[in-house]
Amino acid sequence: MKELRRYWHSLCCFWSSSIAAELEYPLNAWVELLSVLGNLAGSIFVLKLLFGNGVALGGWSWNGSLIVLGLYTVLDGFTTCVLQPNLSRIVNHIQTGTLDYVLLKPIDSQFWLSTRTVSPWGLPGIIAGFCLICWALLKPSSSISYGLPSSGALLLAAALLIASLIILYSLWFVLAALSIWFIKVWNATEVLRYTLVAGRYPVSAYPPALRLIFTFVLPVAFLTTIPAEALLGKSSSIWAIAALCVAGICLTGSRLLWNYAQRFYTSASS
Amino acid sequence: MSIINAKELSKIYRVSEKQPGIAGTFRHLLQRKHREITAVNQISFSIEPGEIVGFLGPNGAGKTTTLKMLTGLIHPSSGELLVAGHKPWQRKARFLRQITLVMGNRQQLLWDLPALDSLKVNAAVYGIPEKEAQRRINELAEMLELGEELLRPLRKLSLGQRMKTELLAALLHQPAVLFLDEPTLGLDVNAQVRVREFLADYNKRTGATMLLTSHYMGDITTLCPRVLLIHQGELFHDGSLSELTQKLAPCSQVRMELSEIHNVEDFCGYGDIHSLEGHQVQLLIPRAELSERVAALLNRFEVVDLEVSAPPIEELIGGLFRSREKL
Repeated sequence: MKELRRYWHSLCCFWSSSIAAELEYPLNAWVELLSVLGNLAGSIFVLKLLFGNGVALGGWSWNGSLIVLGLYTVLDGFTTCVLQPNLSRIVNHIQTGTLDYVLLKPIDSQFWLSTRTVSPWGLPGIIAGFCLICWALLKPSSSISYGLPSSGALLLAAALLIASLIILYSLWFVLAALSIWFIKVWNATEVLRYTLVAGRYPVSAYPPALRLIFTFVLPVAFLTTIPAEALLGKSSSIWAIAALCVAGICLTGSRLLWNYAQRFYTSASS
Repeated sequence: MSIINAKELSKIYRVSEKQPGIAGTFRHLLQRKHREITAVNQISFSIEPGEIVGFLGPNGAGKTTTLKMLTGLIHPSSGELLVAGHKPWQRKARFLRQITLVMGNRQQLLWDLPALDSLKVNAAVYGIPEKEAQRRINELAEMLELGEELLRPLRKLSLGQRMKTELLAALLHQPAVLFLDEPTLGLDVNAQVRVREFLADYNKRTGATMLLTSHYMGDITTLCPRVLLIHQGELFHDGSLSELTQKLAPCSQVRMELSEIHNVEDFCGYGDIHSLEGHQVQLLIPRAELSERVAALLNRFEVVDLEVSAPPIEELIGGLFRSREKL
């Protein structure tokens, strides 16, 4: 319990100090807000084009697709808030040798590296994503109005959203940890981020081959489509359990990889 | 009981070798060649609680590798090592709370924030209650002569002030063992002196053990009664600086100003002539016979001025490294 309190207190200090540092550059908030709104408008425009001829997208209605897009926007905001600012520093720590300081702190190094900083500039994305989800669920003028989900569906969707956050985090962390061996592997996170853009649309909208890849290779389906299904009350229990299992496996995998990678860390020369 | 105990400690790195040029690059891609480099070769030493020990050696001698093994950052290839009763490479929280590492060329504090914010983060990570942390910050800030500097963003501090705040951050958890890797690197003479004074004072007050590497001999001569001299991964000397000087320079330098000009032959039997220019002569005389020969010189010549000194330690160590590299 004492240890948990220490970790919690450390997290509060990490985040308050990094928010203070970020607020040294307040103009970033407006730039990020414009960027999120621009991206969102572009995605909605593409969706509108796809739905223009009245055809459902891979069996998904307009509102359902908006929920998937909303979840993607939330995940992208989370990436900007937590993943990008923290995990992009790992490469820097390795190159400059400041990882030494992290490894010598009496705190879990994966916890430190994953949470040391937070960027408030992803918040507009998270808020916009949730607003889009609510709007899609409650919009009265749509042909299908889903209304408020049942509390069970809401709970399941929340659990699956957490699972998708864990999967996303683990993918980023694994790539960052690989930079202990291959410094340039960090560029792969850009590839990852652009591949995960596929999560803007329901997985069933893609051709069968891509669907397989987005389910079993890059788990895009688990990131947005499956939580959206839960929110719409049409979730299959097998896929929900699979999503939770994938999250558990990814997190454990990232942990094991980090513990293994540390053995190969030789620290930068002075 | 020793706080640091290293026995036949070695570290061997496996590195890949690549020939220069594009052909070498392709060959390297297709057929990698590796070779083993012994960075540290079976060194043994122990350090008692409260000691300040200087760790000397040229670049690439194995100092930093040894420090990294002592702090637990890298695994030794072989040998036994205990620091504060722990095997460092296991990096257990109880061990990490007892040590600290200060690197003159790297910083742990956040660049955009006042040092005080980073210190609060450190206090939280080490589980130091807020009031106690503030008390320790005040005490260390007073010793380091830091005041409102702690409230200014780090990027706006001078190099000397930044090093002092780094020291404060490194000592907040009251470690028993301090590993200091070039703590005065790049500092001006005044700042170097202040850092040295602080370290000496801290050692006196807390009884903390310190292992210090530095290329500035001033750091070593001021702070370290004992030095470990490492060269090409091997321990060359473990003892006091004066013992090292005796080991490296069995002769003393005697400089005389004479009232008359003399020939080389006149100094036969007194020692080796280092230089002879006009009234000035410099002789190298074995320490064991120093007083006897100086007395004879004073009897034989009319001496206006006399100075006996040991050759500068920097020159001696530099000479040692150069001579061993030639071997």
